[in-house]
Amino acid sequence: MSDDSLVTIEIDGISLKAPKGAMVIEVADAKGIAIPRFCYHKKLSVAANCRMCLVEVENAPKPLPACATPVTDGMRVFTRSPKAIAAQKATMEFLLINHPLDCPICDQGGECELQDVALEYGGDVSRFSEGKRVVPDPDIGPLIATGMTRCIHCTRCVRFGEEIAGVKELGAAGRGEHTRIGTYMAHAVTSELSGNVIDICPVGALTARPSRYSARAWELLQAPSVAVHDCVGSNLSVHLYQKRVNRVVPRENEAVNECWISDRDRFSYKGLERDRLLVPMVKEAGEWREVAWEEALERAASLLKANAGDGLGLLASPSATLEELFLLNRIGNGLGSANIDHRLRQGDFRLDAEGVALGGLGTPLAELSRAGAALVIGGNPRKEQPMLGHRLRKAALAGGKISYLNGREFPLNYRPHAVITAAPGRWVEELAAIAAALFNLAGGEPPAHLSPLLEGVEIGDDHRRIAESLVEAERPPVLLGVQAVAHPDFSWLASLASAIAGASGGRHGVITEGGNGAGAWLAGVVPHLDAGGGRRSRPGLDARGMLEQPRSAYLLQGVEPSADCWDPLVAGGALEGATVVALTSFDTPELRALADVMLPVAAWSETSGTYVNAEGRWQRVRALAEAPGDARPGWKVLRVLGNLLDLEEFDYQSSEEVADTLRALMEELGSANDTVPSLPGMRRLKGEGMVRLAAAAPYRVDGLVRRSRPLQETVDGRDLALRIHPDDATSLGLAEAELVLVRQGEAVVSVPLVLDEGVARGCGWLPAASEWSGRLGGMIAPMEISAD
Amino acid sequence: MSAQGRQQTTDLLPEQVRAEIDKWIAKYPPDRQASAVMAALRIVQEENGGWLTPELMDAVARYLDMPPVSVYEVATFYSMYEHRPVGRHKVCVCDSISCMLNGSGKLLAHLEEKLGVKPGEVTPDGRFSFKKVECLGACVDAPVVMIGRKYYEKLTPAALDKLLSELD
Ligand code: SF4
Ligand code: FES
Ligand code: FES
Repeated sequence: MSDDSLVTIEIDGISLKAPKGAMVIEVADAKGIAIPRFCYHKKLSVAANCRMCLVEVENAPKPLPACATPVTDGMRVFTRSPKAIAAQKATMEFLLINHPLDCPICDQGGECELQDVALEYGGDVSRFSEGKRVVPDPDIGPLIATGMTRCIHCTRCVRFGEEIAGVKELGAAGRGEHTRIGTYMAHAVTSELSGNVIDICPVGALTARPSRYSARAWELLQAPSVAVHDCVGSNLSVHLYQKRVNRVVPRENEAVNECWISDRDRFSYKGLERDRLLVPMVKEAGEWREVAWEEALERAASLLKANAGDGLGLLASPSATLEELFLLNRIGNGLGSANIDHRLRQGDFRLDAEGVALGGLGTPLAELSRAGAALVIGGNPRKEQPMLGHRLRKAALAGGKISYLNGREFPLNYRPHAVITAAPGRWVEELAAIAAALFNLAGGEPPAHLSPLLEGVEIGDDHRRIAESLVEAERPPVLLGVQAVAHPDFSWLASLASAIAGASGGRHGVITEGGNGAGAWLAGVVPHLDAGGGRRSRPGLDARGMLEQPRSAYLLQGVEPSADCWDPLVAGGALEGATVVALTSFDTPELRALADVMLPVAAWSETSGTYVNAEGRWQRVRALAEAPGDARPGWKVLRVLGNLLDLEEFDYQSSEEVADTLRALMEELGSANDTVPSLPGMRRLKGEGMVRLAAAAPYRVDGLVRRSRPLQETVDGRDLALRIHPDDATSLGLAEAELVLVRQGEAVVSVPLVLDEGVARGCGWLPAASEWSGRLGGMIAPMEISAD
Repeated sequence: MSAQGRQQTTDLLPEQVRAEIDKWIAKYPPDRQASAVMAALRIVQEENGGWLTPELMDAVARYLDMPPVSVYEVATFYSMYEHRPVGRHKVCVCDSISCMLNGSGKLLAHLEEKLGVKPGEVTPDGRFSFKKVECLGACVDAPVVMIGRKYYEKLTPAALDKLLSELD
């Protein structure tokens, strides 16, 4: 920063340099000078409505609000002068007039900004003897408890909705003393970031409903952790009560999640309490028996050994720790099987044959918020990876041109540059048209393998606009969302995305599933690359392949097949006929039916380990909560399994040691290759007939989230119905239907129907991992819809 | 806007109402159509016999492309917007400091007794409703009452009676 952009000011006698235009409160905060405040929040616009931050400024006739007073050269500020303190105390007295002072029964007690500031500035006896106002508490959904009598009208929550969440759901109705914060018309809030208002509300007006009244703030232990439900890896502080997770709040990391987290990351911990598998179990003659660890492990080892080699398939959750994934790879290698994968919801693996590694975003998260343009293909980051969606929104608000190619017009909280809505069978053509427009514009020859595809495609206005925006922007991200990954022609989409990024000077990337998708690539939990990224000499079968060509035995690491696999029907069929050893945190009827050995492993927060986020950031966590029953950390279970299988190099003492081994391996091999050199095979999905389009429903992505009741009760949690365009419904004779039959191959399931003009003609949105889709076929695949 | 949303908006905001609102929208820079919200609410309220319903506020929100709650905020902040039916004559009694010191309390008590309804209620014959409002900006002549669009100043209960008896 050059010197003329700085001014010199003095606060409480301390001389400071400050950037021009900064507010006094920012400068004081940076220096650690405390100024009381309620409405000010560094990430929100300045409202200056609470007046708690009044300070004395030399030559100003009245005290000024520090949050709304820009610094000027030579300014002298006094935050603790008699005049300042008198103003602060007077404000405090006014604020407390209508406050109920019910701290003993308020969940915020002990961590309340109002309480803290009142302790310092409040009187001990109230001079107000009139009646206080009472405000009824609106029900705004299962996540946020309201106590609106306590509200001090700072409007932080209102501004959060408008400015950060991008949907204004809370507002200030009425006026003066009669102001009420709420939705006015009763409804539950729907923002995927809504829980953050709990943190920013300075009083107990908005508190966390799922953890309300369960512990006092001072009884909780705080420890750092990382969220595992999407590839962002938001940083968390876990609050533990007697070794159990009591609640989860954001831990500030400007480069990852700033100071926010998604509702999914905040409330998924509720799933820790349900369906836990407490003891190792083995099935004998169809009967489950609880056994000691030794017996269970020996049984598991002998079953695996008996099926060693190509008969064995290994499937892992993309939210497992890096250590678990790495050891799983070792076990696969040791037993001579490269049939190993974590890409459970991927629809097309033909790029594997090229040795391509597509496990990263290509662009750092922080850079996304500065993108001048971006193209998202087959994804709805707003709900699927909320903090990534938030970054794109920031970019859009700053003038970035964010475009989408999707099968459904997902409601956005900003104005996109262009949105192309087409049935999945047309995505290749649409993307090809963008690529063709781009090559026309930017010049240069398209890669030879794409030329036939680009020739003669019809370029429309939207294709051209997107191409222009990408060419004009500096390093625009081209992102393949989870729906693109689930597409049966993902390899074609990736090939085109890579060419588009190349021609526009941008970078392509994949939005991976789970909290450790990128880690799984590094750990060699893919059939074509080994740990560290080296190519396997003998590649194995991928996640779809090893289920479509059933193996004799499977080792599952945190997988619930009907919810987690691309084609639940095929998965169920393959596992039913095979020997199955399952490492699982949850005891489910499905695993009871399919598995032969169930080993209880620690869930998120109960195990140490490393997660690698989509930008390649390694984040190590400690075990915080106590795993229930006999459950053990997955990495330890796998280590012992490795020992019992007499495999080499399985004597790790700590999870760090495992991760360090992998890191050393990576350094040896250098970085993986993510350019897509070809267009493999034939198109699989063309634009005929009705096609199902799916991603996992946002609150169904993994076992933990699925078991969080509060999340299931939200508006998004209940949004699982089939959506088709009204015109499609009419032509199918279903315009009035509420329930319809969906058929995929052998499977027929009755599902609720919603008509949605945003869905492209020719396809139906039916999310994965719902109670219905668990009995259906492929996520993006033909389906038939008929009257129930 | 969905087709359904469009349909609802046109049903609730008839042609001439929309034309009227459009005049206000035109006064602001493009993209700033939300600035017309106060005028729009006033127009819609007039058309609806003097009060607003949630459906009408939602229609205004859709028409001006605003979050509904932002429209509710405006419509509940200003006392000129009504959320319940009003009488043919709406008597607004200023209850802010100058008027209060000069006897607005008496006027209110008098009205309540004479009309037999509470603030915000409508007399059974539909003629009158009355309410308290904030400073009408005519403090020099407190206490002040506004009936329809007219100010009446320095009132006493007797003077108020006379006024009311002259209205139909
Ligand atoms: S609810 Fe909390 S955050 Fe919202 S205005 Fe009231 S005190 Fe502020
Ligand atoms: S913090 Fe400055 S006025 Fe509220
Ligand atoms: S106080 Fe009544 S008009 Fe101002």
